[in-house]
Amino acid sequence: MGSLQSSPSHQDYVDLAEKTGFSFEQISILHKRFKQLSHNEDKLRREHFGQITDLHANPIREQIVEAFFDKRNFYQEIEEPVSEISFENFLVVMSNFRPPSDNMSQEKLVKVRKEKLRFLFNMHDTDKDGTITLEEYRHVVEELLSYYEALETETARGIADAAMLEVASITRGHMEPDEFYEGITFEHFLKLLEGFDIESRMNIRFMNMDTTTLCKLECRNKVCSE
Amino acid sequence: MAGLGSVCSRRLAGFVSLLLLVFMAVIGSASPDAATGANETLRNSSEHRKAFPVLAFNYEHVSKPFVISLWILLALLMKLGFHLIPRVSHIVPESCLLIFVGLLVGGIIKAMDQTPPVLDTKLFFLYLLPPIILDAGYFLPIRPFTENMGTILVFAVVGTLWNAFFIGGMMFAVCQIEAAQVGHVDLLSCLLFGSIISAVDPVAVLAVFEEIHINELLHILVFGESLLNDAVTVVLYHLFEEFAHEGTVTVGDALLGVVSFFVVSVGGVMVGFIYGVLGAFTSRFTSHSRVIEPLFVFLYSYMAYLSAEVFHLSGIMSLIACGVIMRPYVEANISHKSYTTIKYFLKMWSSVSETLIFIFLGVSTVEGPHNWNWIFVIFTLILCLLSRVLGVVGLTFIINKFRIIKLTKKDQFIVAYGGLRGAIAFSLGFLLTDTEKKDMFLTAIITVIFFTVFVQGMTIRPLVELLAVKKKKESKASINEEIHTQFLDHLLTGIEDICGHYGHHHWKDKLNRFNRKYVKKWLIAGDRSSEPQLISFYNKMEMKEAMMLVESGSAAKLPSLASAASLQNAQQRAPPKQRAIPSISKTREQEIRKILRANLQKTRQRLRSYSRHDLFSDPFEDSMSEIRFRKQRVQMERRMSHYLTVPANRQETPSARKVWFEPEHKVYTYDESESPRDGAALETLPDTVSLLSESPQRPGQSSRLRKRGDTEPSANAPDSQEEPQKLSRCFSDPGPKEEEEEGEG
Repeated sequence: MGSLQSSPSHQDYVDLAEKTGFSFEQISILHKRFKQLSHNEDKLRREHFGQITDLHANPIREQIVEAFFDKRNFYQEIEEPVSEISFENFLVVMSNFRPPSDNMSQEKLVKVRKEKLRFLFNMHDTDKDGTITLEEYRHVVEELLSYYEALETETARGIADAAMLEVASITRGHMEPDEFYEGITFEHFLKLLEGFDIESRMNIRFMNMDTTTLCKLECRNKVCSE
Repeated sequence: MAGLGSVCSRRLAGFVSLLLLVFMAVIGSASPDAATGANETLRNSSEHRKAFPVLAFNYEHVSKPFVISLWILLALLMKLGFHLIPRVSHIVPESCLLIFVGLLVGGIIKAMDQTPPVLDTKLFFLYLLPPIILDAGYFLPIRPFTENMGTILVFAVVGTLWNAFFIGGMMFAVCQIEAAQVGHVDLLSCLLFGSIISAVDPVAVLAVFEEIHINELLHILVFGESLLNDAVTVVLYHLFEEFAHEGTVTVGDALLGVVSFFVVSVGGVMVGFIYGVLGAFTSRFTSHSRVIEPLFVFLYSYMAYLSAEVFHLSGIMSLIACGVIMRPYVEANISHKSYTTIKYFLKMWSSVSETLIFIFLGVSTVEGPHNWNWIFVIFTLILCLLSRVLGVVGLTFIINKFRIIKLTKKDQFIVAYGGLRGAIAFSLGFLLTDTEKKDMFLTAIITVIFFTVFVQGMTIRPLVELLAVKKKKESKASINEEIHTQFLDHLLTGIEDICGHYGHHHWKDKLNRFNRKYVKKWLIAGDRSSEPQLISFYNKMEMKEAMMLVESGSAAKLPSLASAASLQNAQQRAPPKQRAIPSISKTREQEIRKILRANLQKTRQRLRSYSRHDLFSDPFEDSMSEIRFRKQRVQMERRMSHYLTVPANRQETPSARKVWFEPEHKVYTYDESESPRDGAALETLPDTVSLLSESPQRPGQSSRLRKRGDTEPSANAPDSQEEPQKLSRCFSDPGPKEEEEEGEG
């Protein structure tokens, strides 16, 4: 199903593979998924993400979906606002979750780590100004805690505040009484998560064989490709 | 000079006391002939009229507990003694020293022609082993364990099977050599021997790995393997033992063996699971009898172990499962004190057990009937090493195809090198009934144990340094890391959903949701059941800090002052950027502080009248939680309004106290005598960063002080007297003088 002209040729796959590091099989599986989500269109829009039923229970689904439409993650110049993404963009965002390959040199590992942290940072920094402000961080914590019912915003705030204080203490040390802590910049963020081995944690196992059980999508007025 | 003298005299004192105790132990285990003799003469001489015995000597009466206590005392004094000799304890792991002492004691006892106590199998399996395993299971780091479960299982099951068959088979071949004169050993006996010696021992691994602080992944791999291979060992041992008498094994028996393996392992886990759930459920109702809470944990776990042993299921797996299942729910239900008690008792018992095991191992070595056969022993040793290396390398090759984070050559080496054998092998060997081969086997087993513990145990530390293996990160409980851990979990689950395949994270998420919806409601008391993990984490941190504040006596005076001061500040200075700043009215602020103060005074009074029965309701905790919440709200809001109101004059004192929340299984005490320095006090940065100086219990920990960037926000409990003045001085505006006085009143 699906028109031939919308499937990229082997040559395109090569380009993509080089750019993102995925293997051909992985790319073709992801492409299949892309087409399933977008109902065989070329571009993916936000509402397509809304069809994924499993995602509804996720407390940070909005940020996740936004990450796909965040131009900072595309490494190319696109005008804002981004309302639809191509398969290439989809793949580039996904490539952030690729595990580092076995024989990477130390510096490459550091680079990979930085990229992953950059992705996380962009997810937190919703107003795209380069710093994570208190309000944004509070929002993150509230979203995380919204997973559980019956929560007071006070406690969420308390936690976010404590976290900010910790960041400030790590990065700025003691501050003058009239100094003001603007927000977490990317360098501070790096320092904050120094002990966090993100390069081994932020990974998804991408299948090489087509054993994916393509999850159910909500069917709305369209023929579902299951 | 004086220093040297004191060191020498300390050593001397240590040695003398050790020797004294050794002699006492010897006498203790000597037969109580003298005692009975004395009694008899007394009776004989007073047949006419029994004079009232003013002083009598009746040793028999207490001989058993006396001897046991003496041995335990000896073991613990040895442990103490080692730390008087600093250099040795750095090079030689404690287990080696203990075995050595055991050898000495055994030798002395033997020289006096007495029979030393032997490491009886029943004693070992029923009394000495469970505390160690429970300690390990209860504090098992769940996340790395479940993430590497596949690898651990492969190593434990397939690796042990490979070891057993390889060693057994090759030893049979060796036995065929004429020169060895061991031709009478048949294949089945060899396989039995192989199965005994192939299992990696958790006690030995714990003892050695604990001291080298290797990174978490390797630690959990070797340790997890040593725990989970128990099922394989049990099945193989029983299988071969049954058929060693028969002489042959049919295919049917082999199949039954496989089935038995599944029964033993899954059955063991189920038994542990049931007891764990029972324990969690019971703890839900203990709010009125806090004192006995720890007992429930211990008893349910021990029952799980014993019940599994009744059915010949794997007791170790049962114990681990029980501890793992029980822990999250129990910890949500019990009081903080009970939690501390559990932690301390487990550490204490496991420490004593471990010490006793190693000492007895030494004693039994001297004692036991030995049958030294050069070829047998040497080949056993070589084959053990060889099979371990081959097994690890081969399995890793396969496993790496399925792992995201591959195991490097260095990792493989450490895993192979860390395969230590220990007392379990010895005890299993002791259980053998065929005396002729038993002695030879035992000798070989002991040799292998000694080799692995001494040689491998001693050299693993320098090797780790040499190979620059990653060490364990000193992780502080950082709330940012906790937030990001949870964030990552949800993120990865979401990405998996987008990708469309049900992976590892998806199922974990489903399990968590199930847990939250149904299980927690049943097993956790009250409204704690809906408490999110992040909050309980945060609360734990706050609780710790609040407790330390109160215990040091100067407590909530400070936060209220800080908040009052900062409130003043905030209102007088417009923040440079436009941000939404919440503000509470001054009257509310005062109300809060009054309540805080009242609570604190109540707490302090109650603390003074302490008795066991007063612990029914935990007033300390109730006020703590109130204080905590109020403080949290007030303090945070105030400080957050301009992020940090740390006064500028806080210099770093060179010996600023630092603490971090060490990973949970480390038990620490803090020195109440240490009072924080003056200048350092003000920073009431409570939360995650640094509070108190800690001296961990486990030996070998040295440095605790650590620099974090350029800050040393230091200790909590401030010197209350200096506080108020400092505070007011720091702020440009005069600050709330009236509130200060109220606070001190």
